[in-house]
Amino acid sequence: MIRNLRTYPKAELRKSEQPAITISNLTKRFGTITAVDGLNLEVGWGEIFGLLGPNGAGKTTTVNILSTLLAPDEGHALVGGHDVVKEPKKVWDIIGLCPQQPAFYQFLTGRENIELFGQLHSMPKQLLKERTDFLLKKIGLEEDASRRAGQYSGGMVRRVSTIMALIHDPKVALLDEPTVAMDPVSRRAVWEFIRELRSQDKCVILTTHYMEEAAELCDRVGIIDQGKLIDLGPPKELVEKYGVVNLEDVFVQRTGRKLREVV
Amino acid sequence: MKAQRVIVMAKKDLKRLVREPASLFMLLLFPIILTAAFALAFGGIGASGQQNFSIGVVNIETTSAHPEWATRFIDNLTHTEGITVLDYTDNATGQADLLQGNLDAFIVIPIGFGDSCQSYWSSPFNGSTWTNTTIGLYVDSGSLIATSVIPPLVRQVVLITIFGNNALSLDIPVQVGSPALVAASTLSQWDFMAPGIFAFASMWIIMTVAQSMSADRDGGLLKRMATTPLSSSEYIISQVASNMTVAVLQVLLIFGTSYLIGYRPATDAAGIVFAFSIVLLFSLVSVGFGLITATLSKSPDVATGLSFIFIMPQMFLGTFIPLSGATQVAAAFVPSSYVTNALTTLFLRGAPVTTLSLWIDLLVIAVVGMAAVLLGVVLFGKNRRK
Repeated sequence: MIRNLRTYPKAELRKSEQPAITISNLTKRFGTITAVDGLNLEVGWGEIFGLLGPNGAGKTTTVNILSTLLAPDEGHALVGGHDVVKEPKKVWDIIGLCPQQPAFYQFLTGRENIELFGQLHSMPKQLLKERTDFLLKKIGLEEDASRRAGQYSGGMVRRVSTIMALIHDPKVALLDEPTVAMDPVSRRAVWEFIRELRSQDKCVILTTHYMEEAAELCDRVGIIDQGKLIDLGPPKELVEKYGVVNLEDVFVQRTGRKLREVV
Repeated sequence: MKAQRVIVMAKKDLKRLVREPASLFMLLLFPIILTAAFALAFGGIGASGQQNFSIGVVNIETTSAHPEWATRFIDNLTHTEGITVLDYTDNATGQADLLQGNLDAFIVIPIGFGDSCQSYWSSPFNGSTWTNTTIGLYVDSGSLIATSVIPPLVRQVVLITIFGNNALSLDIPVQVGSPALVAASTLSQWDFMAPGIFAFASMWIIMTVAQSMSADRDGGLLKRMATTPLSSSEYIISQVASNMTVAVLQVLLIFGTSYLIGYRPATDAAGIVFAFSIVLLFSLVSVGFGLITATLSKSPDVATGLSFIFIMPQMFLGTFIPLSGATQVAAAFVPSSYVTNALTTLFLRGAPVTTLSLWIDLLVIAVVGMAAVLLGVVLFGKNRRK
């Protein structure tokens, strides 16, 4: 099996000794609404970090700032030591974004969608083919790879979208609710895949509504509400801290909202 | 800028064209159908460029001493290429058929026709002794071609009837109409419309560019690609490349379709190359307008509607619709009119490619094309992440 076709050695990743992501006093406003309000955060290499919060809490806005799609009104964000506003081109080289709404070409096959994004990152042809084959197999899509993506189920589209984000082997993966609408088997496959990213010392930012997913995958989670970071820590520590049964209870206790209200 | 990224994006757009039936129809089948339909409807094309006229004839000279002249006239008319003669026994029935569009023309051979022809040969050089008669000729006024072509044809048949097949070489007092006029009158409406069809087909690129870009934005693809090294200029150049490829195919298809159904533009190889060049530059204008439309549109549906802001004026003021007065002045502000004008100069007037007006038209299209694309790039860059 082909594994780790193009990974970045840990030494290279750590040589700057900078966190993978540094967010300082980050603020973003849309008119009178403050979507992100003075957010401070550091995420390390080899860490899966979960951003949890109700709808409109500011999770996606934060991801969009980290991926250079939005410019902050105040504060700054560094990805791999590069400022998202001043050095967007360097940021694009090291990030892979899996957006909340899967964006793909319906008239292209699953494989073509994946390869297109690899080509946009100027991947060598042979490496691109090998890595596409590897990732398709890894995520259980090799048999459907030649079908047009417009014919895919919601779960298949999510899986293709995830591979499109990771085909170029980015150092930082920004995964905005990557497992929504996936069946349990596919979800498990994606989880396994995300864990492997950690083992390769990649940084993963994961936003999710699934508390069991956050508890299962994330080294640390940050709970955001109304643009502010209201709690931060490893899932187990948060559960112990609040003396509750699971992360969902932490979420309800801290935001005052039940999970079903936000999904 | 990396050529590889431009190429993969252009290839992706061409795949869209092949795989999405609506795009395929709009850009490739539509020009073929349009060309064929217009050529058949307005050109009488399908008979190898030869018009065929149905002409009704009634001979009311029943008591002539020289009936053989009328018979000879009808025979000569029947044997004239491109004419089908239908015999009528009375004037009223023939006139009725002409009114109903069943005939292109109706001829009444008058009483005294035979005597008149005979009188010429009795005294060929003394016109004062001739017996004059007039053939009644009624032509369908709704047919531009029939009104132009049939009268000189009938005059020719009369001369052949009196003088024989060598009529034109005889030194006779009756003059035959100018050959130049006859040549001009064989042009069909299609010949006047064909140059405009090329511009008409290319301008639909505006809609497809606007739709595809709006769909990319609507589906989140523009945002997603904005987090990759793909730059705005690479995206736009890929759009230009794929759509200019489509424009080449369109021109080839229109030329091919026109040629197959008998259209022969009055130009040479250099003229064809020039025609290709100006249509390609016009596709650049269309891509630019498409980009502008896409940035103004919130969805593919809105893009479809808004694209008509650019398409309609160009269609009515710059293709095959005759202009005069105010519309002629307005056409000066419409890019397609320069394309149509250049192609008309080449295809219809038969001007050589060294003609100054052709190069002025080309320059105007090139400048407008570059300006439209640049404006589109600026607007696209501003809206790419929205």
